[in-house]
Amino acid sequence: MKRGNPWLSVLFWIFVSFLTLFPIYWLFVISVKPAVELFSAPEVILRTAYWQNYIDVLNDRTLRGYMLNSLIISSCNALLVTTLGFLACYALSRFDFGGKESIFFWTITNRMAPPAVFLLPLFLLLTQVYRIGNFTLLDTRTGMILVYCTFNLPFAIWTLRPTLDGIPKELDEAAFVDGASSWKVITEIVFPLCRPGLAVTLILTWVFAWNEYLLAATLTNFNARTLTTGLSEYITTTGTSWGIMAAISVFTLIPALIIFSLVQRHIVAGLTFGAVKG
Amino acid sequence: MRSNRLGWILLAPTMIILFLFGVVPFLYIIWLSFHQWNPAAVNPDIIFIGADNFRKLVFDAGFLASLGVTLTFVTFAVLSELVIGYLLAQAFMKDFPGKAFFRTIHTLPLIMAPIIVGSVWKLMTTPSIGIIPHFLDSWFGYDLNIGQSAVAAFVVTVIMDIWHWTPLVTLTLIAALVSLPPDPFEQAQIDGAGKRQIFWHITLPMILPALMATVFIRLMDALRIVDEVLMLTGGGPGSATRFLGVHIFREVFPRTSYGYGSAVSLIVLYLTIVVCWLLYVSMLAPRNPKKD
Repeated sequence: MKRGNPWLSVLFWIFVSFLTLFPIYWLFVISVKPAVELFSAPEVILRTAYWQNYIDVLNDRTLRGYMLNSLIISSCNALLVTTLGFLACYALSRFDFGGKESIFFWTITNRMAPPAVFLLPLFLLLTQVYRIGNFTLLDTRTGMILVYCTFNLPFAIWTLRPTLDGIPKELDEAAFVDGASSWKVITEIVFPLCRPGLAVTLILTWVFAWNEYLLAATLTNFNARTLTTGLSEYITTTGTSWGIMAAISVFTLIPALIIFSLVQRHIVAGLTFGAVKG
Repeated sequence: MRSNRLGWILLAPTMIILFLFGVVPFLYIIWLSFHQWNPAAVNPDIIFIGADNFRKLVFDAGFLASLGVTLTFVTFAVLSELVIGYLLAQAFMKDFPGKAFFRTIHTLPLIMAPIIVGSVWKLMTTPSIGIIPHFLDSWFGYDLNIGQSAVAAFVVTVIMDIWHWTPLVTLTLIAALVSLPPDPFEQAQIDGAGKRQIFWHITLPMILPALMATVFIRLMDALRIVDEVLMLTGGGPGSATRFLGVHIFREVFPRTSYGYGSAVSLIVLYLTIVVCWLLYVSMLAPRNPKKD
């Protein structure tokens, strides 16, 4: 540890925190201003709050639908990838088969490719190939839940592998000696011990799915559109309604902020493929 | 040992999903990139045309411009983030009250949706309502207009990326610095080494693995930037901020020439892999043999 005046450091970090927080604060300021006040000289300090933008967003049936879609898609996707990731990691850590590590590495590579590359092939596959009669996965919540697995499932496997590897095999073996079935070992012995790791995975995959925009913007038209795509609709139309846009942004931001307070310690490890323990 | 069949059964759903939505799309664009397929054209059939799509790509001015701005952007953004991130990490190593609190605030941008980051910075920098153009104008008489000035739009995009991702660099480097043993530093000070010497000969080599991991992750993410830019500038003005992802979303995808679009997608994927691999080989691999 170096010494020096600690209060200078505090002052410096207050300044850094100001730079970090001010843009978010400004988003909030815009969201609680009536449209007429936006174009006058900006005031940094908020005097009165005008909640109409929020009321407008909540009263908008389309946006309410988007919100519901976002909620359903990210919740189902997070549950799905955490469950599948848990089972896959159990297999990877408990069984001894050839090419195990190659399979593990292959799953991770799926996360490294830029999503923009997959826009066209996924669009074509969903419309042309993965279809039963007239039913296609395009613009359906099921389709989005499955598509989001391409980036969330590798993430779940990556973060759950150390958790599963950390549970001693002797526990399983002792249970098998006592005559327990594989299913019982997984659900009653391994699963409870993994709960903290599973919770972090569930929460982070949820927020990744909630935050996703690019794939949702290309693979949905109306029925399965999410809140993030709703946001962009307020930009492309002529004459942006800034207040509404800011209010939607705040609505999109709130779950992330709640999650942030829950798993703050794990965010850096999650974003660096576990290279750094936060 | 139990039979491996159960293991395969447990892995199967994961592998099937990743195969259908990860491997098949990849093989599909490889196959399509050698074909002409334009459902909206006179001849909507899929025709094999060899490497024509790739030949066309080499002379596609829009694609090349996009490639250029992407590489410039990645260089500026990642380098700035490394320098600022390192300085912040060093500043964090001192002893001061409220460390955990400041660290928490610093982590905040990382969890934000990229599109919200774009929206936040749009509200900050749009000329009529943004606070930054307002103060730049009234204090320095400088007219910041990201809708018209290519340079301004590009710089604001870089600043936005720095705001969003520097915390990741800072936090990974803090983790690396905290884990360093104090002895070499004390010894170097006793031997009279200067600050600069200590940095180049002790700190840097010791944090290099963590630094390189951070560079890879940032590089991979910076190359794929789309959402924020779509929100902030929409890729404009002109092609000033039309990065590869934006190019695909805006120019390639809406046109229904699927064969050519596949070729572009494939090349972008290839470039991402090559850039990351080059960096890995050139900077990390030569150092490994020395260790053992």
